[in-house]
Order: sequence, then C-alpha cells, then structure tokens
Amino acid sequence: MSRGRIWLLSASLVNLLFLYLPIAVLILFSFNASRLSATWQGFTFRWYLALVEDQALLAAVHNSLLVAAVSTSLATILGVSAAVGMERLSSRRRRIVEGALLLPLVIPEVMLGVALLLFFVMVELPLSLVTVTIGHVVWNVPIVAIITRARLQKLDPRLEEAALDLGATPWQAFRRVTLPLLTPAIIGAVLMAFTLSLDDFIVTFFTAGPGSTTLPLQVYSMVKSGVSPEINALSAILVLISMALIGLSLVLQRQRN
Amino acid sequence: MLLWMGIFFILPLLVMLAVSFAGRGTYGGVEWTFSLTNYAQLFDPLYLRIYGRSLALALATTTLCLLLGYPLAYSIARAPVRWQGVWLLLVMIPFWTNFLVRTYAWMFILRTEGLMNQLLINLGVISQPIELLYSDWAILIGLVYGYVPFMVLPLYAAMERLDSSVVEAAWDLYATSWSVFWRVLLPLTKPGVVAGCILVFIPSLGAFITPDLLGGAKSMMVGNLIQHEYLVVRDWPLGSAISFSLMALVLLGVLAYFKTDGRLDRFEGGG
Repeated sequence: MSRGRIWLLSASLVNLLFLYLPIAVLILFSFNASRLSATWQGFTFRWYLALVEDQALLAAVHNSLLVAAVSTSLATILGVSAAVGMERLSSRRRRIVEGALLLPLVIPEVMLGVALLLFFVMVELPLSLVTVTIGHVVWNVPIVAIITRARLQKLDPRLEEAALDLGATPWQAFRRVTLPLLTPAIIGAVLMAFTLSLDDFIVTFFTAGPGSTTLPLQVYSMVKSGVSPEINALSAILVLISMALIGLSLVLQRQRN
Repeated sequence: MLLWMGIFFILPLLVMLAVSFAGRGTYGGVEWTFSLTNYAQLFDPLYLRIYGRSLALALATTTLCLLLGYPLAYSIARAPVRWQGVWLLLVMIPFWTNFLVRTYAWMFILRTEGLMNQLLINLGVISQPIELLYSDWAILIGLVYGYVPFMVLPLYAAMERLDSSVVEAAWDLYATSWSVFWRVLLPLTKPGVVAGCILVFIPSLGAFITPDLLGGAKSMMVGNLIQHEYLVVRDWPLGSAISFSLMALVLLGVLAYFKTDGRLDRFEGGG
C-alpha cells in the first residue's frame, strides 16, 4: 500500500469515527445506572422503562405519526401529479415551475417557519396539528416531485405512446403503463418524506400550537431542561428507528432489481 | 399542486415581505404603515455582529466539511463496489438520524461534567473542568458534525462517475500526488464540490438548533435572532426584515459561488 493510500484510509477512518463516536457514546450511556455522573456505574434498563411511562412523550409520538402519515399522503398526491404535469408543459414554463419547486428547499428553514406562522396568524387559522401538517406538506411536495421527476425523465416515452396507439385512453395509459414504472421512485419518495416529517423540528416549532407537540418538539423541551439519561435512551431508540428505515428502503430497492 | 404551493408557500412569503415594510404595533402586532426603518435597523452594530458571526461560522463549517468529506468520499468511490454500499450506508445513517439527537450528543460530551472534560483531566491537560459548551467552538463542532454527510454524498456522486484511467494516466505521466489532486481530481470533481458546499453553506448560515443548544447567550446566529424577534420580542416587522436579509445572503452566497467558479474556468481556459 502506498503512503497516499494509507493516509487516505486513515483520514476516512478518523472521519467515520467522528461521525459515530458521539452516537456510540450516547447509546452506551443510556444503559448507565448513574443519573448524574459521566463515569460508568453499572448496567440498567431503567431509563427505557421510564420512557414508556412518560404520557407526554407517548402523546407526542402519536401526534408525530399522525402528522407524518397525513402530510406524506398529501405530498405524494400533489408531488406526483406535479411531476407528471410538468412533463406536459412547454420547456420555458417548466423551468419556471422547476425553480418555484426548488425554492422551499433553498430558503432557510427558519424563514419558512416564521412566514407560515405569520400567515396562519393573519388568516386567523389557530395553530394546531393542522397547521403543522400544512407546513410539512409545503417542503415535502418538492421532495416527492423531484424524486419522481428524476425517474420520469429516464422512462422511455415510447412506452406510453405505444399504449395510446393501442387504443388506451390517456388515463389508462398513465394508470397502467406510466404509474407502475414510477412506483419504485414513489416508494422511495414516500419513505423520504415520511422520515423528514417525523424528524422535522424547525417548521413544526413555529407552526405548532398548544396540544400539538410532536416528538421532536418534546425532545427539544427535554434537551432544553438539561442532560438526562432518559434523553439518551430516547436518542438510542430514534437512532435505531432511522437505521430500520434505511434498511427498509434498501430492501425495497433490492427487490426491484 | 400549484394552488397549494401558491397559498401556503408563495402567499406567506409575500405577506412576510409586506410586513417587513410595516411598522410595529403597540402590543406586538403589525401596523400597516410603509417604512424602511426595519431594514435600516439591520445595520445596528449589534445585528451586524450576529451577521458576521453567522457568515464566519457558515464559511468555517463549509471549509471543514470539505476537508473532512473529500478524502472520505474519495476512499468510498475507490473502494471495491461491494464495499461502497457499506461505506455509503455508514454515512447515510447519521444523515437520517434526527438532528436534535445528534446535537444532543455533543451537549452530552462537551458539558462541564461531560466526557471531554474527564478525558482532558485524565490526560493531565487540565486540572479543573473547563466550559467547552456554550461557545462558538461548540457551535462549529455541532455544525460540522451535522452537515458532513451533505458534503460527502454529492462528492461521492461526482467521484463515482470519474474515469479512474484519467487518474492513472496522470500517475503514469509522473505527476506528483499533489498535482494529481490539484490538476486532475479537483477540476473533475468540481460539480460535486460546488453542490456539497452549497448544501452545507445554506443550512449552516440559517442554523437554529445548533447555536440554540450548543451556543451561549453571546453566540446568537441569524436563525436565533429571527426566532428571538418573532417569539420573544414579538417585533414581527423587524423579524421579517431579518428573514429577507438572510434569504438575500443565502442567494448571494450561492450566486457568488457560481460566479467565482465560472471565473476559475476562464482562467484555466486562458492559461
């Protein structure tokens, strides 16, 4: 092995260590028996059991799942129809819509959050899970649309033309030819949108009202009140869930191939 | 779709733009008078310092992410195909993990009773715990940690497409490792570098969680300032004006990047 390669490999390992050490430490100490100390005092499941009994936390999990499910469904319908509709626009109009689609992803999230807050207050829509869901759909639509479009552009347009030549109506051609071909991309987009919605903090922070606390908001208020082993336990669970979601999306991808 | 985005995205931004020119009501509401005072207020030294800190931290974060991410992305792209998936997965897991959790990890490590202090004491570097948390350095660590995956993924995408025989040709022609990097690798992976830098720069400039949790009372960034004006001071017009100036900064940053990038191209073409 050349010196350059060794250097490269060790730089990469240091980088991975940097990425994983904090998470590993966090998980390790979720099993630490001592509440305050940073030294190891023995193994316990106590902090995990405390989480299950935390009613506020369970309510927040319920809210988060609800918001993620509704906002992902809405964003999928809107995003996929946007992607399909864009194909039929003239190239100039398409570019304008493309730019407009990217904008929610480019502007700082804090700005999107306060703009929505301002808007909801102006139209006197009370802050609730409804406003949170609307906020999530705003940035989930572009994500679904972009992923779907990437796939759509790789499709052979002759397939749909062939269906039309064989007497299918435009709807039949879309429903029975294009949509099945798009399904893998749509599943990927749904997974991504769902995960991002579950994880979102900033937009939720500004658009949530009393009683509409989601999981990230709950985590935030716990973290704000100081370091505690319960948060470590909760973090460990959340890391596990994100690993499971990636695993799921990889399995789905492999099945396609 | 357009209707939805029109109502819940474009319209709120327009409302905010209008409010940024309005006056502040007595009880924190909005008074519909036209003035530029909100924008003039941005040049208050207090605010300018916050802008300066945000810009400096965002630039430092981008640079560090690039330095850390480039070798990692390169080793992933050069690894046997079977291993590339595993490596990528390792980068993706933190990327998909909740941002609050990843920030909390650093609170846990850096706090006064935390592991870092203990380690330093055990090594004999310090005798008393020092305050590592609640500083600009803590924010920088948190930002780099949070956004390194954003750098690695586009860099990897650019390097994967790279024809390895080009690099081999450079070696065969007796290029030093430095000139292989500087004259072959870097120009060929420039799209990935630009994409990665933009993806890191934008969220770190508008960062809110990291400075909120890892920074102290004196290390506000623009994101916190907006939240502060909106939810604490309840000066919505000023908060809106700050938001738009942040958006302008972000767009300027992106444009400047493309500009210098284009100019570099011309230099290369001329030389």
